[in-house]
Amino acid sequence: MSKVYALGDRQSAREAVVSAARRMVRLERARHNEVWSLRDVTFSVKDGEAVGIVGRNGAGKSTALKILAGITSPTSGVARTRGRVAALLEVGTGFHSELTGRENVYLNGAILGMSRREIARSFDSIVEFSGVERFLDTPVKRYSSGMQLRLAFAVAAHLEPDVLVVDEILAVGDAEFQRKSLGRMEEAGREGRTVIFVSHDLDSLSAICPRSLWLEAGRIRGEGPSREIIRDYLASGLASAHTGAALIRVGALTVLDVRVTAHERASAVLMQEEELRVEVDFELAEEIPGLDCAVNLTTSTGVRVLDQALSDSGQRRLPKGRYRVQLVVPPILNVGTYAVGVYFGTQLSDLVDEPGVVSFTLHGSDHGRPGRVLISNFPMAVHPLTA
Amino acid sequence: MGSSTHDRDLPALGCQVRQPAGGTIATAHGNGEQKRSSAQGDVTLPEWRENSPAGVFQDRPWRALWQARELIGYFALRDLKLRYRQTVLGVLWVVVQPVASVAIFTLVFSRLAGVSSEGIPYPLFALVGMVTWTYFSSVVISASAVLVTNGNLITKVYFPRMAAPTASLLPPAVDLAVSLVLVAVVALYYHIFPGGPLLAFPLWLVLLAMTAIGVALWFSALNVKYRDVQYAVAPMLQLWLFASPVAYSASGLSGWGRLAYAVNPLYGVIEVGRWALLGTPWPGWPLAISVSASGLILVSGLNYFRRAQRTFADVV
Repeated sequence: MSKVYALGDRQSAREAVVSAARRMVRLERARHNEVWSLRDVTFSVKDGEAVGIVGRNGAGKSTALKILAGITSPTSGVARTRGRVAALLEVGTGFHSELTGRENVYLNGAILGMSRREIARSFDSIVEFSGVERFLDTPVKRYSSGMQLRLAFAVAAHLEPDVLVVDEILAVGDAEFQRKSLGRMEEAGREGRTVIFVSHDLDSLSAICPRSLWLEAGRIRGEGPSREIIRDYLASGLASAHTGAALIRVGALTVLDVRVTAHERASAVLMQEEELRVEVDFELAEEIPGLDCAVNLTTSTGVRVLDQALSDSGQRRLPKGRYRVQLVVPPILNVGTYAVGVYFGTQLSDLVDEPGVVSFTLHGSDHGRPGRVLISNFPMAVHPLTA
Repeated sequence: MGSSTHDRDLPALGCQVRQPAGGTIATAHGNGEQKRSSAQGDVTLPEWRENSPAGVFQDRPWRALWQARELIGYFALRDLKLRYRQTVLGVLWVVVQPVASVAIFTLVFSRLAGVSSEGIPYPLFALVGMVTWTYFSSVVISASAVLVTNGNLITKVYFPRMAAPTASLLPPAVDLAVSLVLVAVVALYYHIFPGGPLLAFPLWLVLLAMTAIGVALWFSALNVKYRDVQYAVAPMLQLWLFASPVAYSASGLSGWGRLAYAVNPLYGVIEVGRWALLGTPWPGWPLAISVSASGLILVSGLNYFRRAQRTFADVV
């Protein structure tokens, strides 16, 4: 299917009449000022499958969802859906600030396609989920924005569609809200609903959707297992940490480049389960006796989780020349952002001690437990303790 | 397929997208059908819904509208609840408006201009016209804005778009009911009883609603694309009011003049209303013209709306 949008201002009736008249007398052809939001995109999603869509802003993700949901129609091609399709493109669509919480639950439910019976049946559960029992008969304009969001999401969470189409709703709200909504999404997938999920939160996306599509400039650039798609997607447009010029120069020592690589490719964004290498290129204009060098990693909260040094202690001699330090980090780090620091020095003096030369981000699943370090593939077992 | 351990009562479904010509067509639903039919026997499968350049395909648009009846109800309820919130007089306003207009009309048309009123006391005569007109114009005013004011819904949720203008029929209907009680009271006061024609009262309501929704569909859809409409509605309605036999009787016209006048669909509605409620003479042949005009507006409005709704989400 394809979708074209005409660019530019909307027409007023007068302009429409004028341009129609011009077309009639062939003074002006139809406007070419248009953009293809989607171009020949073809895909199918199986019953009960959860599929993610990744892509940069403007790649056509939301348009694809809107067409699937029936909100807008394609310019060419056909989108076929079976069963009840619910689109969550926004939390709280149709909430009216003058109406009470109770009234809004019913209105919003109806807008999302629930029948009165369904809403009535889940009403208590919705209220409990939202935690606004006491304010049910208060107009939502007196609610805090967090309360409105919780109530709106509670309604959405009780939808029971056959096909659930979700766009970026996890981008709003606090961490607690995001965790809760993510949980509901996973639940929907487990319940056997067909889920189509668009998100920039790639960790959640790969947790929910085993398969993903990668849209770029309105076309499908990749399709396959989410992990692979996400890795390719991340690697596609990211500059390496390499800056080209010398990073640091102190006396005879010049640090040329610091970078993080996985699969021989430098990237600022990597997958958590990959072995990664931190490489430091440096040049010695003359031999520095007893040179130590170290590489360290610091988390975004300032915890130095790794500090590995090559100590010379006078044994090794590095004559004048170019060298590369390579630190291999097995996949033991949790998802998050890390700063790479380098240290060069002798026992007499520190030459370079820079804690954040470059940074990189690890993506992957935190298994729904953000903030916890989960190290996989390490020997771990449970044994009974005999008293 | 979803894992077989979750064998809940889920209809076979899925979705697929294909290219216009020669594109691949996925048959993702095959398994689901089999599972379903073996487990449940002859349960009907949900239908495929197609969204193509021709719009969201629905077998029977009327059924979609019927399925959206609860949504229509909630839309109407929302507007009703919001309307008189934070007013002192509340529903009293429903009565105040037609009464004020009738008072003015009585002064201007009856006292000053001496307009005939087909043997009915002028205030009652004008009141029926005014009540009819008020319903019609409030439906048209609210419907012409309804798609734009609900723009956020249109761009974020799918629902049968026609539900929105259809819902605008309902809140003014509450006003109409209240006003009709007023009509009854005034008619009792003047000892006017139409007799048999009163049985045609429901017919009049149908004609009124049909005329209102036809115009409402046109205006609501046009306003999405051309916001000029919202400014044009008020002066147009003002003209229309005086072109309709609200404050005066059309009985003065005869022959071709009357037939031409009857092209206005409101003519038929008001004449039938006066006939059914007040027992004025049956309007006769010009009524056919008026009802045809009304039907034409409805059919063309439906057509235009259905064509225009494909792009609502893109232009609203």
